[in-house]
Amino acid sequence: MSVVRADIRPTRRRPEPARRATVVEVERATVVEVDGATAVVGGRTVWSGVDATVAAGEFVAVLGPNGAGKSTLLKAVLGLIPVAGGAIRLLGRPPGQANHAVGYLPQRRSFDTSLRVRGVDVVRLGLDGDRWGIPLPGRRSRAAAARVRELVELVGAGRYADRPIGQLSGGEQQRLLIAQALARRPELLLLDEPLDSLDLPNQAAVAALLSRICRAEGVAAVIVAHDVNPILPYLDRVIYLGHGGAASGTPAQVINSGTLTRLYGTPVEVLSTSDGRLVVVGQPEAPAHHGGRHDRHAA
Amino acid sequence: MTGTFTWNLIGDLQDMWSLPFMLNAFRAGTVVALLAAPAGWFMVLRRQSFAGHTLALVGFPGAAAAVWLGLGVATGYVSFCVIAALVIAALPAGTRGGYSEQSAVIGTVQAFALASGMLFVALYKGFLNGTNALLFGSFLGITAGQVTTLAVLAAVALAVLAAVGRPLLFASIDADVAQAHGVPVRALGTVFLVLLGVAVAEVGQITGVLLVFALLVLPPATAQVLVARPVASLALSVVLALVTVWVALFVAYYSPYPIGFWLTTVAFGLYALAQAATAVRGRLAVRGRLAVAGG
Ligand SMILES: Nc1ncnc2c1ncn2[C@@H]1O[C@H](COP(=O)(O)OP(=O)(O)O)[C@@H](O)[C@H]1O
Ligand SMILES: [Mg+2]
Repeated sequence: MSVVRADIRPTRRRPEPARRATVVEVERATVVEVDGATAVVGGRTVWSGVDATVAAGEFVAVLGPNGAGKSTLLKAVLGLIPVAGGAIRLLGRPPGQANHAVGYLPQRRSFDTSLRVRGVDVVRLGLDGDRWGIPLPGRRSRAAAARVRELVELVGAGRYADRPIGQLSGGEQQRLLIAQALARRPELLLLDEPLDSLDLPNQAAVAALLSRICRAEGVAAVIVAHDVNPILPYLDRVIYLGHGGAASGTPAQVINSGTLTRLYGTPVEVLSTSDGRLVVVGQPEAPAHHGGRHDRHAA
Repeated sequence: MTGTFTWNLIGDLQDMWSLPFMLNAFRAGTVVALLAAPAGWFMVLRRQSFAGHTLALVGFPGAAAAVWLGLGVATGYVSFCVIAALVIAALPAGTRGGYSEQSAVIGTVQAFALASGMLFVALYKGFLNGTNALLFGSFLGITAGQVTTLAVLAAVALAVLAAVGRPLLFASIDADVAQAHGVPVRALGTVFLVLLGVAVAEVGQITGVLLVFALLVLPPATAQVLVARPVASLALSVVLALVTVWVALFVAYYSPYPIGFWLTTVAFGLYALAQAATAVRGRLAVRGRLAVAGG
């Protein structure tokens, strides 16, 4: 009963890429819209009056000191934490109703070394782990296995994906978790400090990998970053969270000495290398005091 | 027990099975192994062994109270274990969906369970031999009716486990992402604890409440040492649990020592073998790599 209707194919044309590249870039569909939102966690206002948008295919960084509520923002977009005020729309729907189109990588997850589950199993869970019942062998199961292989190759994890995930290095685990996040062909990736705990070469490699995948698959990415440098070359937009509120703009608007120094409240310099790339120097690694909660009224 | 051992193992088995109580013991042991292995596999994966052990100990006052009140032992086990599972599930969850931070509370429940068990034993005078069986297991006097009850309960529990197995695996490995994918992580945690309570209640009736881990932890832990593929590892843990029960019953029939001892010994022996095999395999792999690098 699987007659291929070749005659229909030519009519099922994809949206013309040319139409998306018209003069006004704003025409790109909005994936995430945060509108005057307030988050309250454990009875405390983490941030309020936050506005931000992410358009289809955009590569966006979320910056800000520890405790500013970056992780909370991702959770609020997913509907894991309700917003106490304002509104968040994800793909035009309220949070939690369009999560099937989102790939999520939570903050700092390394698996216990004794966890005896293979990398491919973890990737597979991202594909159909939410289904009830036993996976029976058959066409669907074979298709899922093929998709998992494809994902593993996409992130270059073929060499170690069949080993227990707990025994892999941080960088190897992170690549597999990115594959897991991509499993359902999402329109949006929400990545919470994906470069954390990686060494410098791995940070650069994973950042380049993410940018390449997002361009190739037309996926928007929102990346919470502790150190902006590895992802700086790829960014379309920056959202800065701090002092209880948010600022957002193009990298040129936000990533300059004046703005970053004001936002972080500590001297930050942005240097330009000989090949025209920017480097942020003096970005606080882990500020001991983050003013965010205490002088929230300033924002 | 008493029988005469010959090297004709089939004949020996036929001999045993001609005795109704031995036949029932094998049937009950098989049912219990079939449920204990998958439930224990998830328990090991979720690092809820402490909760599992507590549920087992709660079976003791349950069974003792049932004897004292003249109800069936099985009723006491199951009802107490399921109630305790619901209580543990209702405790505020740890930050990561694990139960590590609740260990103090769970430990308190354990102590209280043992104490009230002894109280019920004291209230029901002349129950001293029974106490030993409750704590360390017995395969004598299992009736056909009990086997049926165990089988029905196990079938229901296994059906539920099969239905929730995949999301439960997801939630166990990766709670945050599972929740983002719409998996009801908290509710599944409760369902699993209740299933674990039922499994523990069943296992406890054969191994005694102090030795439930012989079937609940050792076969799954052995399987997880040997294979990393979830489905294969689950299947292997069922096979290992069945081997453990059958070998233990077989040996116990000819020996004067209690069944709980044999179950634990066989299960532990298999675990030690698996660890040794993995160590040897690891060393051979290293030597092979060195040889390749050298040549
Ligand atoms: N489960 C929780 N209960 C109470 N407070 C929390 C919880 N999770 C986070 N917080 C608080 O919310 C604030 C924002 O946290 P988070 O979003 O993790 O910050 P960031 O990711 O920017 O470091 C912090 O002050 C943190 O202490
Ligand atoms: Mg965070």
